[in-house]
Amino acid sequence: MQMPEPNPAILSRKADLVARLRKVLPEGAVIDDVAETRAYECDALTAYKCPPMAVILPGSTEEVSRALAICHEMGVPVVPRGSGTSLAGGALPTADSVILGVARMAEVIETDYTNRVIRVQTGRTNLSVTGAVEEEGFFYAPDPSSQLACAIAGNIAMNSGGAHCLKYGVTTNNLLGVTLVQMDGTVMELGGAHLDAAGYDLLGLICGSEGQLGVVTEATLRILRKPEGARPVLIGFDSSEVAGACVSDIIKAGVLPVAIEFMDRPCIRACEAFAHAGYPDCEALLIVEVEGSDAEIDEQLGLIEAIARRHDPVELRQSRSAEESAAIWKGRKSAFGAMGQINDYMCLDGTIPISQLPHVLRRIGEMSKEYGLGVANVFHAGDGNMHPLILYDANKPGDLELCEEFGAEILKLCVEVGGCLTGEHGVGIEKRDLMAYQYGPDDLAAQMDVKDVFDPGWLLNPAKVFPLDASDARRIA
Amino acid sequence: MTPETEEELAGIIKGADGPLRIEGGGTRPLGRSSNAARLSTARLRGITLYEPGALTLVAGAGTPLAEIAEALAAEDQRLAFEPMDHRGLLGTEGVPTLGGVVAANVSGPRRIQAGAARDFLLGVRFVDGQGRIIRNGGRVMKNVTGYDLVKLMAGSYGTLGVLTEVALKVLPAPRCTGVLRLEGLHDADAIDALCRALGSPYEVTGAAHLPPNEGGAPVTLIRLEGSEASVAYRAAEMQALLAGFGAFTLDTDPERCAADWAHVRDVAPFQGRAGDVWRLSVTPSHAPAIVADLPGTEAIYDWGGGLIWLLVPEGAGAGAPEIHAAVATRGGHAMRIRGDRSRAMFPPLAATVAALQDGLRRKFDPRGILNPGLMTPMETP
Repeated sequence: MQMPEPNPAILSRKADLVARLRKVLPEGAVIDDVAETRAYECDALTAYKCPPMAVILPGSTEEVSRALAICHEMGVPVVPRGSGTSLAGGALPTADSVILGVARMAEVIETDYTNRVIRVQTGRTNLSVTGAVEEEGFFYAPDPSSQLACAIAGNIAMNSGGAHCLKYGVTTNNLLGVTLVQMDGTVMELGGAHLDAAGYDLLGLICGSEGQLGVVTEATLRILRKPEGARPVLIGFDSSEVAGACVSDIIKAGVLPVAIEFMDRPCIRACEAFAHAGYPDCEALLIVEVEGSDAEIDEQLGLIEAIARRHDPVELRQSRSAEESAAIWKGRKSAFGAMGQINDYMCLDGTIPISQLPHVLRRIGEMSKEYGLGVANVFHAGDGNMHPLILYDANKPGDLELCEEFGAEILKLCVEVGGCLTGEHGVGIEKRDLMAYQYGPDDLAAQMDVKDVFDPGWLLNPAKVFPLDASDARRIA
Repeated sequence: MTPETEEELAGIIKGADGPLRIEGGGTRPLGRSSNAARLSTARLRGITLYEPGALTLVAGAGTPLAEIAEALAAEDQRLAFEPMDHRGLLGTEGVPTLGGVVAANVSGPRRIQAGAARDFLLGVRFVDGQGRIIRNGGRVMKNVTGYDLVKLMAGSYGTLGVLTEVALKVLPAPRCTGVLRLEGLHDADAIDALCRALGSPYEVTGAAHLPPNEGGAPVTLIRLEGSEASVAYRAAEMQALLAGFGAFTLDTDPERCAADWAHVRDVAPFQGRAGDVWRLSVTPSHAPAIVADLPGTEAIYDWGGGLIWLLVPEGAGAGAPEIHAAVATRGGHAMRIRGDRSRAMFPPLAATVAALQDGLRRKFDPRGILNPGLMTPMETP
């Protein structure tokens, strides 16, 4: 993965920059020690590392604004960072950049149950937003699998999803307002505790812009009352095609489950070996969860069961209790850990139209043989968001490159069948060079035009999202 | 001009030597009026893809909404954001189109639970003011590939580009609708009741409070949707929860329920009546105080109070400055939907936000030919 060469003129001004930042930030909020900056050299895409020139950890919107104004004046690139859990390299620094971490801004500013909103600083973790309101019976809906660690800032930057977005949507559908600091230090409010902000939907534009348009320091999020209960049914099939057809039939029947998760045989076996969840050894497994009162759940699961029976499942197990629900989810929730036990793996994140599921799974199986690398599939079937895990050996020379090549082929396949390169992880550097496969030159130019407006100097997270050759003229202008 | 293809449209925009007024079905003449040359999307029509099992529909921007509703109904599905029909309120004719709904981000009462038009948009194709044909998003439900210009296009009223094709997420239609109704609540009590209903686990899909109708009493309405058994159960729980406000009665007659919510959605109480109509988006619990600040006006509350439709008769003690002041101190925005179209009608914007908006407009439409003046914000008092 190519990154721009560090700018020697910027590197030479490091001492001056650090001194100026120290003047506007509190004690300990500027890190320039080489050993300490190494803690910020990568995010969860650990194959790529580069320590930044310095790290700043501001504690307020005001401090973010002052620090950004200095970097702007000195022409120093800034890479915003939430908790560093990006799987796409969204928070990967360059040697001439400053990492702006929001970790010290993690307060709840206001909780308003009457209007069902919470205002938080964006360094707060996803799960602790729910943690702040669950005593009153509320929750924050988007639930990326890294939710224990990931920050709201990163969720907004990547428009994070989760397992339950079939019913509740992704971050952009649950974000009502932000405080945004532009690269030049300008602070603005977008939206608030009301719906549909005035003017253009800048909130919608900011969400998912991968930290390239501004730094979001505070957010107003929609909170929802927890449903009375939730229970899943586990359904095993002897073919992926049939499982895919079953998903489609469930949706067509008018049932809207809160989650439909899919696992294939390699994944089922790994999870079973790891978590002993009692999964059947079959080609494909669905976990379908519905919500409501006990009677409502029974009614919906009954409907789903009737549909599934028409597809001759090899196993069908309806949860009747919290314990049985936990047992059904146990394997799925440990899928990534389980795969990590047996192999190094790369987790992909393409989305496909659900109707293309059998075709795509068949093609991935064929390519797996061609590349000689195993693949396990686990994904959110209700919305077509796939997470193929490609297994490789990090100690074997050339295996990572082969794995990346295979991954790129799978993502191209997703695009070919009408889907997209990334459903919830973001482009970052990981899929940056594939962007031209999904979008034409004018499509990319239109997106880069937006960056030109928000950050004319291309200083915020500059070498991400857009292929370098496409953004060269704008970045270096 | 009524191009039949995207290429033809791009050619027209590239070759344009003056301003253009973009029109779908012409049913929502919002914002400042203009006598620019009319450019219609009416012939960019037709459903090109509909996969009920994937909850996905793709159609030309000029496709009449009715055609889409009919196709969806045949599969027991619907547009969950419940777009308002502006014809009654604005006294217009014509046929509402998909592109118009998206360009104005038109939603209805279910916005409070399901989301707005922008939340159901999966992808767009459009021609910008430079004549570039641009694609963004796609036809899948989860997509974070690049910037979300889909959201930017929703509610940009054709000022950045002319939509040619739209991909939408659709949802199953419920088998049963129930409406809980109570007459006689004062505004503050009604909004209190609606906020409690929306804060319950019973999935309210409509929460409105209507002013007295010709000497009658004000009416508070709560909608529940789902299976028969589920609606019956949630209605009973809701009646118990709100018992302190009075006895809500349940109606599950499909035609009456549909009529009730079309009445709210299309602002029927203000149709055909004299006076300006304003649309205020506010924090729900602040709604009664905002209305109380504006004497002489009449209010319909939707979205549990979050949306106020305000009828401002001529000579009322409240004009634009009073309305903006009432909203600004409590958070939210106000737009004049009906009234003198020689003046700006869109909500005021902070200078920082306006600067970004102008910057985007100059990028996508450097010659300023697409709906010039349309989204001009009103001056703040």
